[in-house]
Amino acid sequence: MSYTVLVFVKQVPDTQNITGDAMKADGTVNRAALPAIFNPEDLNALELALELKDRFGAKVIVGTMGPPNAAEVLRASLYRGADKCVLLTDRSFAGADTLATSYALSCCAKKLGKFDLVLCGRQAIDGDTAQVGPQLAEKLDIPQLAYIEDVIELSKKKITVKRSIEGGYEVLESPTPALLTVVDSNEPRPAAARRMMKYKKARTITELNKEHNNADYTDSEALAVEQEKLEASDLLIHEWSAAYVGADIERIGLKGSPTKVKQIQSVILTAGDAKQIEPTDKGVNDLIHELIEDHTLG
Amino acid sequence: MSDKIGNVWIFIEQEGGVIADVSLELVSKGRELAQELGVKTEAILLGDNLGGCVDKLYHYGCDTVLMAEDKRLEPFTVLPYAKVLMSLIKEHNPNILLFGATYKGRELAPRVASEKLAGLTADCTELRIDDFDDKVNKKSYKNKLMQIRPAFGGNIIATIVNTWDDPQMVTVREGVMKMDEPDTSRKGKLIKVIPEISTEDTIIKVIERIREEKAVNLKAAPVIVAGGYGVGSADNFKLISDLAEALGGEVGASRAAVDAGWIDHDHQVGQTGVTVRPKLYIACGISGSIQHRAGMDESKKIIAINTDPDAPIFSVAHYSIVGDLNVVIPKMIKAFKAKV
Repeated sequence: MSYTVLVFVKQVPDTQNITGDAMKADGTVNRAALPAIFNPEDLNALELALELKDRFGAKVIVGTMGPPNAAEVLRASLYRGADKCVLLTDRSFAGADTLATSYALSCCAKKLGKFDLVLCGRQAIDGDTAQVGPQLAEKLDIPQLAYIEDVIELSKKKITVKRSIEGGYEVLESPTPALLTVVDSNEPRPAAARRMMKYKKARTITELNKEHNNADYTDSEALAVEQEKLEASDLLIHEWSAAYVGADIERIGLKGSPTKVKQIQSVILTAGDAKQIEPTDKGVNDLIHELIEDHTLG
Repeated sequence: MSDKIGNVWIFIEQEGGVIADVSLELVSKGRELAQELGVKTEAILLGDNLGGCVDKLYHYGCDTVLMAEDKRLEPFTVLPYAKVLMSLIKEHNPNILLFGATYKGRELAPRVASEKLAGLTADCTELRIDDFDDKVNKKSYKNKLMQIRPAFGGNIIATIVNTWDDPQMVTVREGVMKMDEPDTSRKGKLIKVIPEISTEDTIIKVIERIREEKAVNLKAAPVIVAGGYGVGSADNFKLISDLAEALGGEVGASRAAVDAGWIDHDHQVGQTGVTVRPKLYIACGISGSIQHRAGMDESKKIIAINTDPDAPIFSVAHYSIVGDLNVVIPKMIKAFKAKV
């Protein structure tokens, strides 16, 4: 008996490690200069899916919505053990808020057919909203299990999970299919060397095209042959458009997003008017004295 | 649909009949917004055996309490809560709906927003009423809720507006809004709701539930000594706790120190931890990401100790010590002990 587990992941700018190189002269962040990474908690979701594959036998399908170069996180998923990958990419998806994103992902999940579980990371580090998981569950009309630390038991009809709650944990039982949002509670496995050797050749059609164009080689028939070869050796990263997954154009991208951004202000770091204290005995003594005098301490 | 503007709703989070602080903070904020809009402040109270919560909600400023009691609403599971909330929204059309950005709030709000096709903004740090000209779509909106939140890892502050149907939904973290003093003379109106919950809504079962009250209470601490990545190791965190103990304070930490495994998450200050406003905050070896600063920059006095003179933490400090915490902290302990 085998399960089908979908994992939805996101490529995000690395907002947690902003170095001097990504800062502009005015103290704001140059977003374009940030490296794109695999959203950390999505790696935890992928790891949980791969553990389910090891424990119960499962086909792990990884999907992402993003620009063509988001194929990078899909290759990273293949290196770790994913069986199939789908890149949901279309200009009309651009500018989506969480509602429009969850709708697009729900179309992708439905297109993939029958599944037992959908896994997502709890939240992405670029928005920190934790909304897409629960919204996707609602769109698919399946129960959601949030903040999952581990899967205790899985059968064809139900799943038992351990999840974090405020100040503790709960064990929940739910029928499947169900959606799980996964927290940072496992150690994502590294890329496997042997898989890397094989899947570094995995390509989307866009990438294949681009490589051919760069080589000034545009014979469409040859391209089709190449694509078939990739598919036959499991190296094709599927690229799906909005139309292909049957998404209603009114419900995706900016159009499908109820929230609008009125204003963006960059956070500018200004030097405060702090009092400089020398790290000497005298400096520290005077500081403590001042704080006791004004009743901050003591 | 009538032109009459709906009321301001606050989803009241309770555990065993005890209302979460964040819900009372949101009642205070909600009341301010409602007064500006000329509408009522209404509490949405779900659970079982909740009679003891009602007066408190009036005292904190609710005009109305809509209460649904049912044993299937205890303990919290997301599906029956979403069902009841959704049917109340359809019946009453609230204008604004506020949730605490807690485990429950962050699980429930998106499920409801998705079904209602309403916008939802997470972790707002400021809320106010203003008009909005949507230049892209050439539409103007009056008296909308400005949903202000840090985004992009806290490097930008975005003002977001929900332009679709009401309610305008947001979540707010605990400690971000200020709680007003209760007025025990206030009274309100109780509306008991008969929840319609079907067997489909109770398919998620809670098999086991372990909850402990937090051992650390950062919010109530007058002094917080917090350590960051610059502390260097779990062992060296002893230095932080020694200073905290000497000054009669609690130990705080940045996310980097928590992620490194040097200290428990209960100690984390910042956007994904606790928001604090102590009399004195001592940041030791904390570079001061905006997420961290957002959780402590309203402290009355801030001392920052860091070897890097360009560390962002110095931008919010009242006292800057450019130096090694391993040298400075022992000096502070010695100086304090000598004075008292």
